[in-house]
Amino acid sequence: MLSIDNIIETNQMIHDNKLDVRTITMGISLLECASSSGKQLCDRIYDRITTEAEHLVRTGEDIEREFGIPIINKRISVTPISLVAGGSDLTSYVPIAEALDRAAKTVGVNFIGGFSALVTKGATQADRILIDSIPEALATTDIVCSSVAVGSTKTGINMDAVRDMGIVVKKTAELTKDNDALGCAKLVIFCNPVEDNPFMAGAFFGVTEGDSAISVGVSGPGVVKHALESVRGETFDVVAETIKRTAFKITRVGQLVAQEASRRLNKPFGIIDLSLAPTPAVGDSVAHVLEEMGLSSCGTHGTTAALALLNDAVKKGGLMASSHVGGLSGAFIPVSEDAGMIDAVSCGALSLDKLEAMTCVCSVGLDMIAIPGDTTADTISAIIADESAIGMINNKTTAVRVIPVPGKTVGDVVEFGGLLGHAPIIEVSPYSAAEFIARGGRIPAPIRSLTN
Amino acid sequence: MKLVVTVVGVDRVGIIAGVSTILANHKVNILSINQTILDGLFNMIMMCETESEDVKDLTSIQESLVALGSELGVEIRAQHADIFLSMHRVG
Repeated sequence: MLSIDNIIETNQMIHDNKLDVRTITMGISLLECASSSGKQLCDRIYDRITTEAEHLVRTGEDIEREFGIPIINKRISVTPISLVAGGSDLTSYVPIAEALDRAAKTVGVNFIGGFSALVTKGATQADRILIDSIPEALATTDIVCSSVAVGSTKTGINMDAVRDMGIVVKKTAELTKDNDALGCAKLVIFCNPVEDNPFMAGAFFGVTEGDSAISVGVSGPGVVKHALESVRGETFDVVAETIKRTAFKITRVGQLVAQEASRRLNKPFGIIDLSLAPTPAVGDSVAHVLEEMGLSSCGTHGTTAALALLNDAVKKGGLMASSHVGGLSGAFIPVSEDAGMIDAVSCGALSLDKLEAMTCVCSVGLDMIAIPGDTTADTISAIIADESAIGMINNKTTAVRVIPVPGKTVGDVVEFGGLLGHAPIIEVSPYSAAEFIARGGRIPAPIRSLTN
Repeated sequence: MKLVVTVVGVDRVGIIAGVSTILANHKVNILSINQTILDGLFNMIMMCETESEDVKDLTSIQESLVALGSELGVEIRAQHADIFLSMHRVG
């Protein structure tokens, strides 16, 4: 039987500490949509998405109402488009992005991800067309998200793709400059991407998946912060245990929502992604969790250790609470989406270099970081190369989502609005890496890839 | 389905009477009632049961309770009990 304390605790988590289900994401395979006719391909994609996801939003709203737990986003992830479009006569994949955008709007979801290419070792003609189409696709659509995988522990790093993606990020910024380069907020460059990630902008539905699946992303940095407030001054053993217990409870809610959504939509359950994903709202910050451990500001010495503990304890707590924990599970550190990170950058406590160190132990990478508009494509490529190297050597997912905001420089602030928040422009190194990036080729897979 | 109805606010005459009437009108059986004072606020928790599994019925109960809540100046919620059971009970 439930105790009165149990019920009050759950409702306090939801109403006072902003516990929410961040997303129900339906993964939909588009492989069956392949066609030699570009028009037919787009029509098939539109029809398949609008049929499969017809009831997704309503079902999410029903579950939200019944259980009294906010479900912030409903999203769709699809097969990387370069794999679907390769046999078509299209010379640009912008029409496919537009079909995805239309389909997503018809079913009423918040985002659709999968305008993607996986080029960790080499690129096909279709991959190249997709990468070339990204800037225009992101400028002409509203809710389509794009990602490109440029490296992995098994394959090494494709430095030709790294070079190209620096240019793509700059072009995307230029084409969306009227919106403070918002297009770049919908573009992620990955090393070791996961195929079942429900979070945007990096979600895509991998080819190892079935026809469709329901995955759920649960968040709750505010709940963890609140729990840690009750153990101030205690040892890290107590801190880790407290985070684990809290993560367990949060994940159980995600498991319930995922099971219900899967049953009602008659789609297989994929995974629960337990990621502490902050929002700009007060009380929903990962930086504040780190500060609760005793740091005067996120970004100071000790931050990497605090984040390592947090990321690991979240995984350990979540693991026992669900039959399938997957995705990126851990702690996100998107700067513009986290009130504490924004403050830390503004006061000079958090630099790009420290953020890079933090990505060695967080669940993803450099995320939602606004950089000066005059940052060169080479420098962005070099940032991507560094981040990919961290992922490749440490056998973890890393990613880069940086926004070179045209006309803005260090000291300015850029406002994206909504869940994307706002960000002070952060300083990048003024020293060139142009010759390094111009080399191209591949950085070989590391020794740890030879595990067989 | 099993429901948990929670009332949070300043205690006053008519809360239990009002909530019980609405629940009775919707054919919801009250299994237990607990209350406590937390941070100076009255917290009442009712464990309830209804034969209906229809979301629409729950929505209609929720709407009636919210309306009563604004009339009485308290917050009233009705939630499917599974969210609490999932979080606090293993097995």
